[in-house]
Amino acid sequence: MKILVVCGSGLGSSFLIEMNIKKVLQELGLKAEVDHADLGSAKGSGADILVGTRDIAVQLYDMGPEVVSLDNMIDTESMKTKLIEAINKLKK
Amino acid sequence: MLFFKFLMNDVLSQPSVLVGLVALVGLLAQKKPVEQIITGTIKTIIGFLILSGGANIVVGSLSHFGTMFQKGFNITGVVPNNEAIVALAIQTIGSQTALIMACGMAVNILLARFTRYKYIWLTGHHTFYMACMLAAILLAAGFKGVSLVVAGSILLGMTMVIFPALAHPIMRQITGSDEVAFAHFGTIGYILSGYIGKYIGDKSKSTEDIKLPKGLTFMRDNTVAIGTTMMLVYIITALFAGKGYVEKELSGGMNYLVFSAIQALTFSAGVYVILAGVRMILGEIIPAFRGIALKIVPNAKPALDCPVVYPYAPTAVLIGFLTSFLAGIVGMFILIALKATVIIPGVVPHFFCGATAGVFGNATGGRRGAVIGSFAHGLLITFLPVWLMPVLGNLGFANTTFSDADFTVTGIITGNVARFFGSTGIYILVVILLLILFIPAFSKGNAVKSQKTA
Repeated sequence: MKILVVCGSGLGSSFLIEMNIKKVLQELGLKAEVDHADLGSAKGSGADILVGTRDIAVQLYDMGPEVVSLDNMIDTESMKTKLIEAINKLKK
Repeated sequence: MLFFKFLMNDVLSQPSVLVGLVALVGLLAQKKPVEQIITGTIKTIIGFLILSGGANIVVGSLSHFGTMFQKGFNITGVVPNNEAIVALAIQTIGSQTALIMACGMAVNILLARFTRYKYIWLTGHHTFYMACMLAAILLAAGFKGVSLVVAGSILLGMTMVIFPALAHPIMRQITGSDEVAFAHFGTIGYILSGYIGKYIGDKSKSTEDIKLPKGLTFMRDNTVAIGTTMMLVYIITALFAGKGYVEKELSGGMNYLVFSAIQALTFSAGVYVILAGVRMILGEIIPAFRGIALKIVPNAKPALDCPVVYPYAPTAVLIGFLTSFLAGIVGMFILIALKATVIIPGVVPHFFCGATAGVFGNATGGRRGAVIGSFAHGLLITFLPVWLMPVLGNLGFANTTFSDADFTVTGIITGNVARFFGSTGIYILVVILLLILFIPAFSKGNAVKSQKTA
């Protein structure tokens, strides 16, 4: 499974969310390839789950099978719930 | 002995290897498995080399732009872009930048540990850019070797706690919590916007009650945004420079409008490559920094990149970008009228910084705060680079420069202190700032103690 976190220039906030996702996956005992990129590179990345804050996520919907839209960059609890939801949808 | 000499003179003098070494130390400190240590180090070195490749792409495009602008308007035109100027700079001052960055992050951890400013600066690309700018300014001021790295690292480490501390009062109002801090080197512009909002705005009339069309969201795509706006700028410049001149002197016969459009898109392509390089360089260094910092500073406040505030006020983001950009255009015409160096409004700084200024202005002063605050921000980041360029040494003659407010403010202050008071001036500046950071810690400690005894 490949997860790609996206932000405007793919440097700061997407990187931070990536680090948080890796932590959450470790807690859940799940393995996935997690990376971050800018909006321009998101298309055709082949990721199973695309993650972005809601202002970015609106542009991700036609770029990947699952999109996780975060209302808040720092709320790891809600990120965890949304991530699990997306992973479960993928498994179906 | 011969091997040692080879190591010092031939291997470690390569900035790419030095950056790789920083990553290596970080990976070793985290006790990562061997294969991760190897891939991490190699990727960091490659990232640095990608950066150099990107620099070569933007240099060609920028020099054509510079020539056309000079011909067309008879003044110097500058496109402010952090990525471009840093990529150019590290060709000559890469080693100094790498060392200042590594040691500066250590200073950040020490300051967070031992002062009451618990901020850990996690916006790694800005750490890198600030390290590069400080290296350029201190070199221009005559610093060398160890003293350059020491002064640069302490200054860098201090900016990594001072700016989040300045932003924090308004940051608390925006997020409604004390847990997360703000790390983006445009702070001076944001608090300017925040203060303007506080005094002339009305907090109760928030931007978020207005509905705006979503048509501009494509501008969030950096590559497209730079390409589109730069095409406009390049083509207008080419029209002023004239068909005959461009086709004879620059394009080798290619139609001048096609030529300038392609050069503009080439600039965007170069920035894309540079960003890929920066991403790769930071890939190992930032997680290591974060891991180590959070271990050493137990009650640390992570300070995050500017988009952290966007979800709190998405409409203010758009309003902030548009008004800041408008101010950039107004500022450009003022500079043209003054016959000063002309700063072309860059879409990236106006987007990221203007948007953030909008959110800060809205937090303290609602709609009016967001609009007037980010307009003021736009003027600020248009005029500041003009004063920065003279203290950047050779780098001041490039057709690009640093854009965001904290780079220019820090650069103007340290550069002018160095110019008028020499290296002694820089040391005095460092000591004064350290005293400011440390003294409240003692006074606060005493206050707590006296309360306890009472």
